[in-house]
Amino acid sequence: MKNIRFIITLVILMLPRLVWGELTIEVVGGAAQQIPIAVVPFSQPNNQADNIATVIGADLRRSGFFRVLETRGVANQPHNLTEVKYSDWANIQSQALTIGSVESLPGNRLRVSFRLLDVLKQNQLAALEFNISPSQQRTTAHRIADIIYEKLTGEKGVFSTRIAYITKANGRYSLQVADADGFNPQTVVSSKEPLISPSWSPDGTKLAYVSFEKKKPVIFIQSLVSGQRYVLANFKGNNSAPSWSPDGNRLAIVLTYSANSQVYTINSDGTGLKQLTSSNGIDTEPVWSPDGSLIYFTSNRGGGPQIYKVSSASGDVKRVTFEGSYNVTPRISPDGKLLAFIKQGPDGFHVAVQDLNSGQVQVLSDTSQDESPSFAPNGRMIIYATNIGGKGSLAAVSADGRVKQRLSDTLGDVREPAWGSASN
Amino acid sequence: MNKSFVISVLLTLMLAACSSNTVKDKPAAPVEDKSPSSQTMAAPQQETATTAPAVESDMGVNPLKDPNNILSKRSVYFDFDKDEVKSEYRPLVEAHAKYLLAHPNAKVFLQGNADNRGSREYNLSLGQRRSVAVKKVMNVLGVQDKQIETVSYGKEKAKNCQDESCYQQDRRVDIVYENE
Repeated sequence: MKNIRFIITLVILMLPRLVWGELTIEVVGGAAQQIPIAVVPFSQPNNQADNIATVIGADLRRSGFFRVLETRGVANQPHNLTEVKYSDWANIQSQALTIGSVESLPGNRLRVSFRLLDVLKQNQLAALEFNISPSQQRTTAHRIADIIYEKLTGEKGVFSTRIAYITKANGRYSLQVADADGFNPQTVVSSKEPLISPSWSPDGTKLAYVSFEKKKPVIFIQSLVSGQRYVLANFKGNNSAPSWSPDGNRLAIVLTYSANSQVYTINSDGTGLKQLTSSNGIDTEPVWSPDGSLIYFTSNRGGGPQIYKVSSASGDVKRVTFEGSYNVTPRISPDGKLLAFIKQGPDGFHVAVQDLNSGQVQVLSDTSQDESPSFAPNGRMIIYATNIGGKGSLAAVSADGRVKQRLSDTLGDVREPAWGSASN
Repeated sequence: MNKSFVISVLLTLMLAACSSNTVKDKPAAPVEDKSPSSQTMAAPQQETATTAPAVESDMGVNPLKDPNNILSKRSVYFDFDKDEVKSEYRPLVEAHAKYLLAHPNAKVFLQGNADNRGSREYNLSLGQRRSVAVKKVMNVLGVQDKQIETVSYGKEKAKNCQDESCYQQDRRVDIVYENE
């Protein structure tokens, strides 16, 4: 009951205007050891509707790596260093404390100050000030959450990143880009015909995707800055599965020329087409290793679909997956050590990871109609598409399988997630 | 049971659409969304007779639309992750091949589909393989490539199935004539 009231409060806090809720993010698991942290509401001008601390706390909680403590029971609510009484926070078993303030500046600007404090050692871990416009409050909250995450876990946070995904509602397909917490969605393109396979350029300024608007799959590249787009590949047959090279100069794509799907590479301006694989079966879903030396792909050249790798220089091909009869959709972790993919088991299709050194495979997801895994830029979480309650939904799982999140859209189906880099 | 926590997030497709770069959709082409059932039901005979008088038939009916003619059957079904044309569908494909040979101006789209399990891109390729498999059967009987266009929708037109009796209806190639 308390939980429900809290949810409602939170929703109201976060709804400055009347809009309807759509993307719900639910954490259904947590890391083995969660860091207890207190995020004290920031002092702020009276006309401010929502509090930055709410967004920071939600980010940290959603990550699964923090236990965000209730602070309302603590009488003394500090906003600057001199007001902090460490024993108050040690009493509620908090290891870390975040305090801060928002002040109005001339010219409709705001100054956001924050400090991260170690409750046990009674010292300061981070302190920063931001001079922002009022519209940048969420962005600033995500930046602060990233700093806290990095200071306390040693890894980069991903709260300032964006996610691209496809929605299908009322017979229309939309390619959307939203903040990692589901807020601020923007429609990149929409069509009555299917859209699939969005792929971020490494610099986060462009998306490649496949559209069926010409009654067959054609690859487009669209700038998120200007909204302009162009056809990357519209050859005879299917044009699909774009994947950017790490330097952003080339893409691996799949063409059929009306027969078998094969992997090609092409310059990002549509010139310099080269065939990379040639087999009698299906070769598809290419994706580059972080160093650009290898392209992993799905092929049924040996019978059922398995994951292979090809040297982008020599064209030498080696098989990568051996367990099971249906392994598809390879994705490589940012550090190049893990392969995430979709594995068919006796009870459906799951997100799995394979250690590329040891070859050891671990099934991560407990959902059963999984597709399209995508690593977070820090490699910690993998977002993927699945089916929950008969509806296309997104879910995420940590690379160690401990933290699980479900994201669903109340209006229609959501699919084809692609996790992008930090927004500027 | 871990504490679960819900953040409702507010997006509106509608608002977002304001800033969108909406693709202009052309009017539906004849190849779109023809399910096997809608095809066999097709146009009423009267209209068929008046709009297609050139098509010969004992009954004065377009053989492609005549429910008693094998040519009205338009779907070739496949096994999971397979692209072989099963022997039970050979007579159907051969009948369409003969029709195409007899009507050199006729053109067909072979639309490959897959059920909704597994990867979208792999299924797009699999649908293509299936449509090419049907084309090859037609080629062997002498039909030229210029009369055939293969298309794959992968699993994009698949129903939201949960069991095999439903899945198997989606693993198919539809034979759709131009201007139908």
